[in-house]
Amino acid sequence: MFLGRVIGRVWSTVKNPALESQRLLLVQPLGAGLQPSGKTLVCTDITGAGAGELIYWCRGRESSFPFLPQEVPTDATIVGIVDSVNLGKKAEG
Amino acid sequence: MLLARVVGTVVATRKDPRLEGFKLLIVKPVAPDGKEEQGGYLIAVDTVSAGNRELVITVAGSSARMADGCKDKPVDCVIVGIVDGVDVDKT
Repeated sequence: MFLGRVIGRVWSTVKNPALESQRLLLVQPLGAGLQPSGKTLVCTDITGAGAGELIYWCRGRESSFPFLPQEVPTDATIVGIVDSVNLGKKAEG
Repeated sequence: MLLARVVGTVVATRKDPRLEGFKLLIVKPVAPDGKEEQGGYLIAVDTVSAGNRELVITVAGSSARMADGCKDKPVDCVIVGIVDGVDVDKT
């Protein structure tokens, strides 16, 4: 799982029926020091995260498990809203 | 999932029988502002009848097979939505 920040929303009317009624959010992945790292991606969401919120997300097939028994074709899902991060100075970056 | 732009099509006559009837498109990942990123492209199965130059959402990896119509097919990248709009928050 990785840290990220919600930076926007995506809307789509024509979509695969299995993706119906899912929220799609734009997420910027962050490093441990909360600096941006990597490409922006589109995530489904189970937490109701809002704009600008610090979240953690998981990728791969596991990201569709929170929606079970519904099978949602997603490879990135927001699974938690971060309250705080504590990090030793050495681990930053 | 990634935002991508449809840039071409692929035609294949000889292929796995389970892929018959699928439309194959070439897509290039894009940034949220719509600018194409350098390098990299993907061949994706289209489940939403996307057209040329359209902005779409793609799913990659094993979860791609969970899309309707792709169950138990040899597929690892699927177009699952046509993007109407992208809203990026001002920071």
